[in-house]
Amino acid sequence: MRKYIVFIVSILAVAVLAPAINSASAQTAAVDSEKEIERYREMINDPLANPGYLNVDRGEILWKTARGANKISLETCDLGEGPGKLEAAFAKLPRHFKDADRVMDLEQRLLWCMEKLQALDTADVKSRKFGSPGKYSDMEDLVAFIANKSNGLKFAVAVAHPKEKEMLAVGEAMFYARHSIMDFSCATCHAVDGTRIRLQALPNLSEPGKTVQQTMGSWPAYRVSQSQSRTMQHRLFDCYRQMRSPPPDYASDGLTALTLYMNTLAEGGVINVPSIKR
Amino acid sequence: MTSTFTTYMGLVTALATAIAVVTLPTATDAADPVSPALLDTYLKATFKKLPEGWTWDARVAQDETQRICSETRNKPSKDDAAKILAREAATVQYPADGKFIGSWKDGEKISQNGRGGQFSDEPGTVSGGNCYACHQMAPKELSYGTIGPSLLNYGRSKGYAEAEVKAAYAKIYNAQSAVACSNMPRFGFHKVLTEQQMKDVVAYLFDPESPVNK
Ligand code: HEC
Ligand code: HEC
Repeated sequence: MRKYIVFIVSILAVAVLAPAINSASAQTAAVDSEKEIERYREMINDPLANPGYLNVDRGEILWKTARGANKISLETCDLGEGPGKLEAAFAKLPRHFKDADRVMDLEQRLLWCMEKLQALDTADVKSRKFGSPGKYSDMEDLVAFIANKSNGLKFAVAVAHPKEKEMLAVGEAMFYARHSIMDFSCATCHAVDGTRIRLQALPNLSEPGKTVQQTMGSWPAYRVSQSQSRTMQHRLFDCYRQMRSPPPDYASDGLTALTLYMNTLAEGGVINVPSIKR
Repeated sequence: MTSTFTTYMGLVTALATAIAVVTLPTATDAADPVSPALLDTYLKATFKKLPEGWTWDARVAQDETQRICSETRNKPSKDDAAKILAREAATVQYPADGKFIGSWKDGEKISQNGRGGQFSDEPGTVSGGNCYACHQMAPKELSYGTIGPSLLNYGRSKGYAEAEVKAAYAKIYNAQSAVACSNMPRFGFHKVLTEQQMKDVVAYLFDPESPVNK
């Protein structure tokens, strides 16, 4: 199975590198990239063809492995649906957790469980927050495994607790907040239908509907151009890079606020992850 | 509505700053506007470490124009728009030598270049203007974005008029001197582009030999 996936990965990589943008026709490039996306779509639900399932497999092992000073696994971690209950947990995050009295996304909650339940020093885990060739990311593996358990379910974040309401309001404000040397906000690139930056299509993430549903329902994703499984943390890190902002802290409250805002807009959208993206 | 809103926000800021000393500010209801102090609390928790040489003021804190454009979602009241236009126009510094047109060939490279100013860039990376991210320019370049209008034939369509050349320089120096809350960056104002680079980009738009006008 491994060999098969490695083979697929190299085909995918070629597909990504191949489309020459300065070729005779942008039309051709656009059609090519649509075909590419269609091909990815067909591969997503085939665990043998979707490299993201390697992360799912590793994530399952990590979830069940005893670690930290307390030498226990994460299986008693409560992701909101009860200790160890994985089904539908991702579809309802970020949410308020009574024990921590904080609103957390999946990454923040996992780090909390590692520290509080396992008594694991998370410095090493955080230093591998984004995987690279030969360097696995526990977080990317765990998120792939847990998010996958919500496949087929719809986003249903409940914004009821005052702290959830605050997070949502802040997330919306952050979405429209312009700053830094290019005066960009998320809305500069994600508040109009059908625009693109260079040839890259920009999803409108500012209003409820299919676009935001499909977008949020397709993360975490296996990024072919990076040969890595990525989570929303990495996507937002990369968008803030384009905004000429400082690098946002991993698992920080601002990223959770933005995720809550977008997941609220994506209410009712079906989750199908890990997906495959360029 | 917006001037009362602004006064209100001013009060809220003052109040929230006073309260922030004692306790963290919280929004009581999702529909309430988020106070600048609350937003700042989140931003501080999110951007904890700035790359060397970066400042909070330049990279995260908002100037008055950014604040108004954010709060009004780029739809400022007439009043605010007039204030923005006046304030931003006052920042435009025209070239001392009175020449607006540089090298269109260099201007093309600057229009193509999207590097610079990102935390992933090597320190000292020369910034580009990245005009192609948002604008169509020369007909042969098919990889262009659509956030801004097409600038195909820009100089020719303006009759290469001197006043238009000067207006384009001002636009690039500070886009909001022409359109309040424009989505276009203020390249000269933020010192993303140098005077020479802006002259070169103007040449790309206005030189009759530039592919933009062919
Ligand atoms: C300068 C433009 C720009 C800005 C500003 C920007 N992004 Fe993005 N964003 C992009 C690009 C380009 C992509 C990749 C789109 C693609 O792959 O087709 C993207 C992708 C995304 C995606 C994933 C889309 C998908 O289809 O999977 C999300 C979610 C997102 N951005 C959210 C944000 C948020 C939140 C902010 C503000 C913090 C932001 N972006 C700011 C350019 C931007
Ligand atoms: C983030 C997107 C973005 C980038 C990058 C950008 N622009 Fe713009 N530009 C816009 C938008 C949106 C408008 C229309 C609204 C306005 O006039 O402000 C515009 C308008 C203009 C206009 C006025 C067009 C007219 O109607 O006469 C000129 C000239 C222009 N841009 C030149 C440039 C140049 C040169 C660069 C690169 C140095 C550049 N722009 C980079 C978004 C952008």
